[in-house]
Amino acid sequence: MSVAQERLSAPVAKAWYAPEQLTERISGLALHVAIIGITVAWLVPTVGLFVSSFRSLGDIQASGWWSALSPPFRFTLDNYSSVIQTNGLGTALLNSFMITIPATIIPTTIAAFAAYAFSWMRFPFRNWIFLALVGLLVVPLQVTFIPLLSMFRALGDMTGGFIGNGTFPAVWLAHTGYGLPFSIYLLSNFFRALPSDLFESAEIDGAGTLTVFFRIILPLSVPALASLVIFQFLWVWNDLLVALIYLGGTEQVAPLTVKITSLVNSLGQGYQLLTAAAFLSMIVPLIVFFSLQRFFVRGILAGSVKG
Amino acid sequence: MDGRPLVKGIGLLVLSVLALVACAPGSSSSNTTTGGSVNVLGTWGGDEQASFLAMVKPFTDQTGIKVNYEGTRDINAVLTTRVQAGNPPELAGLPGPGQMFQFAKDNKLVALDNVLDMGAMNSQYSSNWVKLGQYNGKTYSIFIKTSLKGLVWYDPKNFAAKSYQVPTSWDQLQSLQGQIASSGAKPWCIGLSSGSASGWPGSDWVKEIVLSQSGPTVYNAWWSGKQKWSTPEIKKAWQTWGQMILGANGANVYGGPQYMAATAFGDAGQPLFTSPPGCYMHNQGSFMNSFFDAYSTKPQTGVDYKFFALPDINSQYTGARVVAGDLFGMFKDTPQARALIKYLTTPAAQDIWVKRGGAISPNKNVSFSDYPDDLSRSIAQSMINTKLPEFDAGDLMPSAMQTAYWKAVLDFVGDQSKLDSILATLDKVQADSY
Amino acid sequence: MDILITFLTGYLPWIIGVLIGVPALLAAYIIGFEFVIRLLPQERQGWVRPWVWVGPALAFVAVFLVYPTIGTVIVSLEDKQGNFAGLLNFQHVLADFPTGDGWISIRDNLYWLILYTGFVLLFGVLLAVLTDRVPYETPVKSLIFMPMAISFVALGVIWTFMYSYQPPGAPQTGTMNSLLTTLFHAQPITWLQDKRVNNFALILAAIWGQTGFAMVILSAALKGIPGELLEAARVDGAGEITIFRRVIFPLMMPTITVVGTTLVIFSLKAFDVVYVMTQGNYETNVLANKAYLELFTAFNKGRSGAVAVILLLAVIPVLIFNMRQFRTVEARR
Repeated sequence: MSVAQERLSAPVAKAWYAPEQLTERISGLALHVAIIGITVAWLVPTVGLFVSSFRSLGDIQASGWWSALSPPFRFTLDNYSSVIQTNGLGTALLNSFMITIPATIIPTTIAAFAAYAFSWMRFPFRNWIFLALVGLLVVPLQVTFIPLLSMFRALGDMTGGFIGNGTFPAVWLAHTGYGLPFSIYLLSNFFRALPSDLFESAEIDGAGTLTVFFRIILPLSVPALASLVIFQFLWVWNDLLVALIYLGGTEQVAPLTVKITSLVNSLGQGYQLLTAAAFLSMIVPLIVFFSLQRFFVRGILAGSVKG
Repeated sequence: MDGRPLVKGIGLLVLSVLALVACAPGSSSSNTTTGGSVNVLGTWGGDEQASFLAMVKPFTDQTGIKVNYEGTRDINAVLTTRVQAGNPPELAGLPGPGQMFQFAKDNKLVALDNVLDMGAMNSQYSSNWVKLGQYNGKTYSIFIKTSLKGLVWYDPKNFAAKSYQVPTSWDQLQSLQGQIASSGAKPWCIGLSSGSASGWPGSDWVKEIVLSQSGPTVYNAWWSGKQKWSTPEIKKAWQTWGQMILGANGANVYGGPQYMAATAFGDAGQPLFTSPPGCYMHNQGSFMNSFFDAYSTKPQTGVDYKFFALPDINSQYTGARVVAGDLFGMFKDTPQARALIKYLTTPAAQDIWVKRGGAISPNKNVSFSDYPDDLSRSIAQSMINTKLPEFDAGDLMPSAMQTAYWKAVLDFVGDQSKLDSILATLDKVQADSY
Repeated sequence: MDILITFLTGYLPWIIGVLIGVPALLAAYIIGFEFVIRLLPQERQGWVRPWVWVGPALAFVAVFLVYPTIGTVIVSLEDKQGNFAGLLNFQHVLADFPTGDGWISIRDNLYWLILYTGFVLLFGVLLAVLTDRVPYETPVKSLIFMPMAISFVALGVIWTFMYSYQPPGAPQTGTMNSLLTTLFHAQPITWLQDKRVNNFALILAAIWGQTGFAMVILSAALKGIPGELLEAARVDGAGEITIFRRVIFPLMMPTITVVGTTLVIFSLKAFDVVYVMTQGNYETNVLANKAYLELFTAFNKGRSGAVAVILLLAVIPVLIFNMRQFRTVEARR
């Protein structure tokens, strides 16, 4: 709005070769060069893998991936067809969804409630508890496996196998526990950044805690919630060890990550299949990422604060 | 305050209860079919997994017992965690007898003497294999498949081109090595990189030399922790290997120590088949041919590659060879698990994997003609004919010791002069692990 | 198509059930308790309400993180047989300064701390700010983000290929060595084995994989800066760099703290890249990998616990820094 008005009221635009314009254009150009340069460099490893996924094992061992870009090409779809035809790949895909979706929803919702309390409510020891939460981020997961697995075994006995080792609820709960510190940390930061005027005007309007949370905070925090969902989804989708420990790697329950590692035998043979498997496995997280992209827009806050 | 939140709250409660109740429990862990099931945990993946599943398919067909196999290379983590948490799989592949001893000592393994047909075991397996599955006189594990180590792979065409003779004694090997070196080529290829086990091919060399140079008594005392690493026999083995492979400054091996460290063991045989050849000889286990077959130069078995046994160093210990194998133990005693582990020892079961290739069976009743090609047949025959078979020392050591052993190989290749301090470190780990 | 049937009958009900049920259940819990709270006198409400809201989170964290951690701390003071052994495990882990494996791991973690955190943060801020100004922002951000969608196993495969080594004179198969020999006419290096560079090689792979994380969060924070503020600054004649320094950076500071703290903690906890690519060999070991090896290879819970305790102690300075930041933000409100 104001930029356009400014342009209209400014003096006649300078010629493109004038010093100020030139500087602007060059810095504009530099910007584009920098961004494109970084992006291209970033892509090199992925492109390398992509090209390798279309080559046979012998070729991968014998020459660099760029050799496949000049004749003789020797491309092959063998890696992809081997992976796609793997027994039980469909089930593994479903299992991955079965693990990931709940393990994303549950921590996100619990964290949203907790983060609101940490950022906008006062209670004794609030900061200490919060810091302890952040500190727990450093706990290496492997030290938690044995005590928790024993706990799940006991729980399984108590609930008749509903929640216990080798069940989906067990791995959902585990991922929730592991994911909460970061989720709360991230959301608290965003909630805290919301202007306090919002709450004051809401209070004046007579809104209670619930209304403020559901009607004001959540809609305004959509970018934060979207990022959290993306990260938690990614982390659980690509996880291997937590699923192996709590759920197991048997055919019925194994997620995609376990299935993919079973493409390689104990001597490491078959790693060329991992190239194709990596790309196939990447599709779902990328879809999630793209579909949540539209929440990363500016201007949600614009107009909400008066004066 | 209006009553809307109340209505909303109740509505949500009802909805959530309905939602959860409407969903019948999905997959559950145990079967209640007549057959039941067995959970098997192993390290096999890819083609090995396919072969194992083929091996147990007749079992499932006959008995109706489902075999739920899970394969992972992180088997230490998964198995240890499950055992410690009281939730072990019924059967599990053990990385080596060293681990089996540990589990048996901690009473985590079920003794198999009443489960297996010990009479059949003793007649179908040589006493070496039966004894290896035992701890304190009780049987705790069985061998699914085995492999032979100390095979030197070579390209007969390259040998013929230079009129090299296959050496039958250690001295002949040394002179052959000298001949190759003086003609400007590299005698040996070797690759050490192998994930968390990096260094093991070098450890194979050293243990083969220990066995052949100093004999089974020293060998057994060594892996069982009774003989220190810094003793003269062990030190001599390291030095022999160092001189042979690395020579003055990595001169005897293709690519020198750097290439050794950076190359995956499966890729390291490539220079055998290039022209001119990058190297002439490659010491590896009997499973190496499956790696050769995948090379882009597509070498043919018997034509482009053959093997000869690493010659004996000391005439006192003729015919001493290092063997290795995949063993299984039973962690949870169920009727289904008993049936499965018994089945796995039978010649019929062993035969299935043998026919598919990639396995050497320790069962004497598996016919040689079942092996898919001449190469595996000759390996199987070598195995049976071995006079002094000794199991892979590294796999017999406790896990921490074996890991330190592999790491020591990497350190030694990096700097041979540090041998004494490397051996001292190994002694410390030895004191700690047994 | 019985996969489809399995999906519809076995999986989908559960997924939808949890998708709707869990938020609904939690909302019902909060709303239900809100009613109870409203029955209390006005002043007391604020005492009870926060605990209701943080209750589920604290319960989960207590069970899944605090309980095992306490167990770990206790175990770190015991020997292999389970008897109290004081600081024995710590002595073993921290033996032989400076060449002992424990000290090398600490040194390597410091490399990670400084380089990984520094560069990911730097690239994250840079990319968030720069891409904000170009129309093709979404494709670029997606491409930078893409490595995050790859599992660590695949990341290991990619970068192991990148760092492949062939002897000098032979054609190189790895991207890095190929660039080295063709562009710089230098000898190929064994990137993962050469102690001079291997830590940095691993850190580079991690930076590549994780910058998307920082970029996405910082970008979201950037978008949260009201457009009017930036316009007002531009109308006032401020240049872009000044705007960045005076407006954008301070407003993003809380988020930068969060991302920075998370990255610092990730660097202390670094495990997957090291585990997949070098397993800690050739002096690339890091504390989390050491804890893993002690637990699952040496079967020594005590020493593994000792390493974990060292990590917990190492995170304390980070928490102190965060505490200071709270105080600053509180003061501003």
